[in-house]
Amino acid sequence: MSEKRRISLTVNGKAVEREVETRTHLADFLRHEIGLTGTHVGCEHGVCGACTVLVDGAAVRSCLMLAVQADGAAVTTVEGLARPDGTLHPLQTAFWEHHGLQCGFCTPGMLTSLAAYLEAHPNADEPDIRRAISGNICRCTGYQNIVAAALDAARVMREGR
Amino acid sequence: MGVRYIGAEVKRLEDPKLITGRGRYVDDIHLPAMLHAAFVRSSHAHAKIGDIDVAAAAAVPGVVAVLTAADFGPRMAAAMPQPYAAPVIKQSITQHPLAREEVCYVGETIAVVVAESRPVAEDAAALVAVDYAPLPVMAEFRKALDADAATAHAGASDNLMATLRAQFGDTEAIFASAPHVFRETLSQHRGGCHAMECRGVVASFDPGPDELTIWTSTQAPYLVRRLLAGYLGRDESTLRVAAPDVGGGFGPKAGFYAEEIVLALLAERLQRPVKWIEDRREHFYATTQQRDQFWDVEVAAASDGRILGLRGRCIHDNGAYVPYGVLLPATSLAAFPGPYALACLDIRIDAVFTNMVPNTPVRGAGRPNTAFVLERMADRVARELKIDRAEVRRRSFVRPDQFPYETGMKARDGSPISYDSGSYHACLDRVMAKIGTDFVARQQAARAEGRYLGLGIAAYVEDTGLAPFEGVSIRVLPSGDVVLRTGAASQGQGHATVLAQICAEGLGVRIERIKVEAADTGKFPLGIATVASRVAVTAGSSAQLAAERVRAKALKVAADMLEAAEQDLVIEDGIVHVAGVPEMKVTLGEIARRLAGAPGQPMPAGVEPDLAATAYFEARQTPFANGTNAAEVEVDIETGEVKILRYLVVHDCGRLLNPRLVDGQIVGGVVHGIGNALYERMVYDESGQPLTTNYGEYLLPLATEMPPIEVEHIETPSPLNPLGIKGAGEGGTIPAIATIISAVDDALAPLNVRIAEYPLSPERLLDLIDAAAKAG
Ligand code: FES
Ligand code: FES
Repeated sequence: MSEKRRISLTVNGKAVEREVETRTHLADFLRHEIGLTGTHVGCEHGVCGACTVLVDGAAVRSCLMLAVQADGAAVTTVEGLARPDGTLHPLQTAFWEHHGLQCGFCTPGMLTSLAAYLEAHPNADEPDIRRAISGNICRCTGYQNIVAAALDAARVMREGR
Repeated sequence: MGVRYIGAEVKRLEDPKLITGRGRYVDDIHLPAMLHAAFVRSSHAHAKIGDIDVAAAAAVPGVVAVLTAADFGPRMAAAMPQPYAAPVIKQSITQHPLAREEVCYVGETIAVVVAESRPVAEDAAALVAVDYAPLPVMAEFRKALDADAATAHAGASDNLMATLRAQFGDTEAIFASAPHVFRETLSQHRGGCHAMECRGVVASFDPGPDELTIWTSTQAPYLVRRLLAGYLGRDESTLRVAAPDVGGGFGPKAGFYAEEIVLALLAERLQRPVKWIEDRREHFYATTQQRDQFWDVEVAAASDGRILGLRGRCIHDNGAYVPYGVLLPATSLAAFPGPYALACLDIRIDAVFTNMVPNTPVRGAGRPNTAFVLERMADRVARELKIDRAEVRRRSFVRPDQFPYETGMKARDGSPISYDSGSYHACLDRVMAKIGTDFVARQQAARAEGRYLGLGIAAYVEDTGLAPFEGVSIRVLPSGDVVLRTGAASQGQGHATVLAQICAEGLGVRIERIKVEAADTGKFPLGIATVASRVAVTAGSSAQLAAERVRAKALKVAADMLEAAEQDLVIEDGIVHVAGVPEMKVTLGEIARRLAGAPGQPMPAGVEPDLAATAYFEARQTPFANGTNAAEVEVDIETGEVKILRYLVVHDCGRLLNPRLVDGQIVGGVVHGIGNALYERMVYDESGQPLTTNYGEYLLPLATEMPPIEVEHIETPSPLNPLGIKGAGEGGTIPAIATIISAVDDALAPLNVRIAEYPLSPERLLDLIDAAAKAG
């Protein structure tokens, strides 16, 4: 039951090479094989969005993707959103400023989902943003401050272009 | 005076780690040589269990142990302890950590598999074969007390867990003479916890010093320590329980669970650390829920709409066991009479056993249920007497001149319950002003176009800051940094920030210098639990007292060091100096060093070592928060969809420590209540099988469905604590269900649809619309 395969990929800009069980999903690989526990697992059935990471720039549910499918890909997790010098991504700053998180468990998935979305939709308005995170469940915040943070981050990202 | 922090919108201290992926939740803990556990759980709602065949599971490569209750011998002979024993509990039945002879709900733990990895443990768990002899199932709580009802426990004479009753006034006489009496039956269902982080436990045992450490995703590490120490026969000093970052709690994480005992015993037995992480499917049948209540109530009203009294009965589904005393039904009962000044009350709650997951409080506990009862009855009086709904409330509320107001209810010790302060009329009036006088015109215009708009209003009172205490210690380090420790656990509320605000202002240091360490029995000796919106009040007040004590000590020593009079000294940004003479100064760090002692150097006269203090503010009386919510909805009578157009909250939780965090609590709480009103339903079939065990079947509120929520505050300080605060953690949830249902009911009034239940799925709403049409 535990066939293994060797994969190589980049995670947050760093090359990673590992032997993995073919059945290991990407979230478990990131969390338990290479120790990046910022990616969270809330449902393991593709609904809550907590496990969202960027695979070659696209937001992907890492609980629904096998690690072996990421062979050769560039993966970005929440740990890789800030610049290497520690400067926060505008979304991270905005989440902090607008109280866009409480327990923080959904937050990594919210940040990665929105990072990909705002990159592609710099002029997103409130309904767009609500749709963009409609696959991310947050039990704490009621979403309102997440939406406010995303709108503010979109503005900052536009101005920074 | 340094920077003002109390009342300011301070950004959270918790956030930098959480937004960069550096939070540390239970599943993020990795220990050397750690093993992974998976549970074998009952697939039957009620059965005797016979042979448990573990051979196939034990043979799986990587499996270390497959264990049942029998394998643990006397270490696991006892059933789980009752954390909240009470004489009113007729049958205090708790489950065994691993079932012994009988299982009473789907999901009950039967055996545990331990393996080198979680996938292997889970694979092997599926190979354990349990011999079940099915027993009759009680899955319809409303019939649980019928004479021919199947009993949820073999050998029990009936399904009655407890009967609770609250009474005041001459109910008989008042109902006999009241100009109007109306009766309603109400069905309520609140669903599960669904914190985004499921539960999880890591246990580690060090045989050298004989120390056991448990990290658990809990709201109540001290409760877990006490009960676990008792179960294991261990001294509390050899048991450390810590709650690391916890990804949401909402009530069900406040209990004590079988998995915590099993993991502790495994770590001792295998002498290797063991981790168990609940998966989401398990969460639906392994974590407590708050399901159903059925109410049959009568209201007595005067001709002017004034509500005189209430009487009735509730059947409360308690699930299969009693893991949490009677706290949930008791909270429903204690939430009467809400904001109303009633002349009489007579309410009885029968809590019954069923073969479903045990029930314990979910955010708001039983209070949203009681708010629903009170507010549906207030709406009913308004409708029958053709008086404006707000007016009925205005005439029935406790008036501002009546505070402190004795409601007629009694506390557990028999003393009268008294509302300390509040702004019931002011909140209602403010909400109605924000709705505007044009709603009826808009509603009529919409109706002319075949659109159904509705306005809902609901008021509430919330008992907060539950006794007795949460302690805080504050210690200044030689560096001048400050460590604040508390037993109070946090699950996202932002307590660290709020406590640091109080400490920073009280002591005179910058908030950046404060580090908060919480919810670890190895770091702070005592704690109660994060429940009932109590931490800001209890720990907040303790932080204030501890900061004052450290400050007084610092001033005393500084006066000695500077040869100045204490009353001439001020503390700003961690520096004590003579007022007006900034160069005559000493830092708090220097004072801390002085009080850390050095060989041969005496302490300043009359001062004990260590620039530190610990305080336990004792919450003797309850501060009551209050507020009114309103919502405008549109109901599509073709699809049954309810769209919330606008949601208003006017809320009073006394003095605001951090308005941004309070708003966050309120908005999150409202959305939880909207989920209860419209989406969340935990469905069981008649054989007690759970049918909604994923997020395709069990719906949670999403960003696209949630309305903009406007929050406004009125600040009526509580006279009961030094900061004038009241709790805010559940005030959003309590009135939200009643508000939404009131709005839907109002929208569909022209169709004669009356709503006396929740959740209201589109299908259910269409059924109600059809039924009303047929009834003509
Ligand atoms: S954990 Fe992947 S979507 Fe929920
Ligand atoms: S912040 Fe807790 S789930 Fe979103």
